[in-house]
Amino acid sequence: MTVQALRAVDAGRVEDAAAEAIGIRNLSRRFGAGRSPIVALDNISLSIGEGEFVSIVGPSGCGKTTLLKILAGLDRPSEGQATLRGTPIAGPRKDIGIVFQSPVLFPWRTVLDNVLLPVDVQRLGRSACMARAHALIDMVGLNGFADRYPSELSGGMQQRVGLARALVHEPAMLLMDEPFGALDALTRENMNLELQRIWMETRRTVVFITHSISEAIFLGDRVLVMTPRPGRVQIELKIDLPRPRDLSVISSPEFGAYANQIRSILNAKGAVD
Amino acid sequence: MRESTPFKAVVSLIILVVLLALWQWAIRANNVPNYLLPAPSDIYAAFVRGFQTGIYTKHLITTLTEVFLGFGIGLVLALILGLMIALNRTVETYVYPYIIMFQSMPKVALAPVLVIWFGLGITSKIVTVALISFFPILINTIVGLRSADLDRINLMLSLGATRFQVFRMLRLQSALPFIVAGVEVGIIMALLGAIVAEFVGAESGLGMLLQSMNTTLDVAGQFTILFILSAIGLVMSRLVGFVGDRLLFWDSSRKSRVTAKGG
Repeated sequence: MTVQALRAVDAGRVEDAAAEAIGIRNLSRRFGAGRSPIVALDNISLSIGEGEFVSIVGPSGCGKTTLLKILAGLDRPSEGQATLRGTPIAGPRKDIGIVFQSPVLFPWRTVLDNVLLPVDVQRLGRSACMARAHALIDMVGLNGFADRYPSELSGGMQQRVGLARALVHEPAMLLMDEPFGALDALTRENMNLELQRIWMETRRTVVFITHSISEAIFLGDRVLVMTPRPGRVQIELKIDLPRPRDLSVISSPEFGAYANQIRSILNAKGAVD
Repeated sequence: MRESTPFKAVVSLIILVVLLALWQWAIRANNVPNYLLPAPSDIYAAFVRGFQTGIYTKHLITTLTEVFLGFGIGLVLALILGLMIALNRTVETYVYPYIIMFQSMPKVALAPVLVIWFGLGITSKIVTVALISFFPILINTIVGLRSADLDRINLMLSLGATRFQVFRMLRLQSALPFIVAGVEVGIIMALLGAIVAEFVGAESGLGMLLQSMNTTLDVAGQFTILFILSAIGLVMSRLVGFVGDRLLFWDSSRKSRVTAKGG
């Protein structure tokens, strides 16, 4: 069995090796009507495979978050459509996990209760999901913290809770909107390693949005570079670095070449101030 | 300066005793008449006499009944109307303007009219108290129910949550700190409302007693009533604060405020 096929099985479905998880066809999103609407996304088409880790990198205002909101069903495209496992995303759906830039925890819930939030919302039954919730808490490195409240945790630990919560209802895809953007550099590197490990264990389809070029390359199977005004995908880079990647890969010449390529595209488009 | 808590308490007590002694001495040495400013010993005597004859207890019970019944009614009505306004656009559109208008009016000014409408008995006081404690709780309930963090709402919606789930699991909890703050203001206002309404005209109550003491120039007695009133206010706000702390154990901003108050 190929690695791709293994991923498909892990994702809970036996599918073709090249199964498409997310399809985006001629998708545009404009804000405001009239003669000069703001074009957040301009005719974007792309396909993300089952179990693939795709990073989207670009400066503020390039439409990354708009794209993510459309994928989450929280916003509608003006034209075109997005599909998840073949069905159009027409509104919020239950098989998506989201991690935001801030942890977005509920301070009156313990770590365990926060992780179980999707279970409560979707009425999956706490007893049926309890073992899984505890396993996820262990997996994100928070064993022993299940009964603590968010205010007792550091920023990095809170973000780990957010990650466990995003996985508890076994979503078909994981959307991450600059999840480590608010963390300090050392914690961030550590979280990147952790995320890679968790992703390799669970093999979810991940769409990972970031400002950081090196974070995008380090984590991604593929990096999409977006530029603003109007929001477009300028280039797709396939990242051919063996996994698991460790932090030393960042200083390798291949890594540097990818980073230079991305930077030159962003510079050429005047996207970097 | 490393002063232990018992040490601080002892110093505070000494300062209090010295102040009272100075007060006592100044009154006696200068022959200040009792009806201008009573000495601490006169106030203490009036205090003991008031409770021994049972007069204070009777009026105290009247005022407390007014405060608790009125406050309870105001609280329940404010929560119900607050929920309706925060959740229903139609109710908001047609009701909220009146509330804003009413809010800016000093409610104690209504007390004379309320006494005409509801009589000298306890009812007019309960209505005044309910009205005066109603608004801070109402406004805070509305603001609180709208305060839910947008990211948290989006997170719940992305999971497929219904409107009612967002309300039950997020909005209600987010509103709680605001509602508790409204109750903290409302309970103090409630006492104020009861006293003012009793001033206007009453058959019993501490406010009525205070005013009748004024006509007999019983200033020592008035001092004792003022002392009882501040004790009631203190106990009530501590009680609300205690319950609030238990309900909002997760609210870190509240903890810091309590610490600031304590330190």
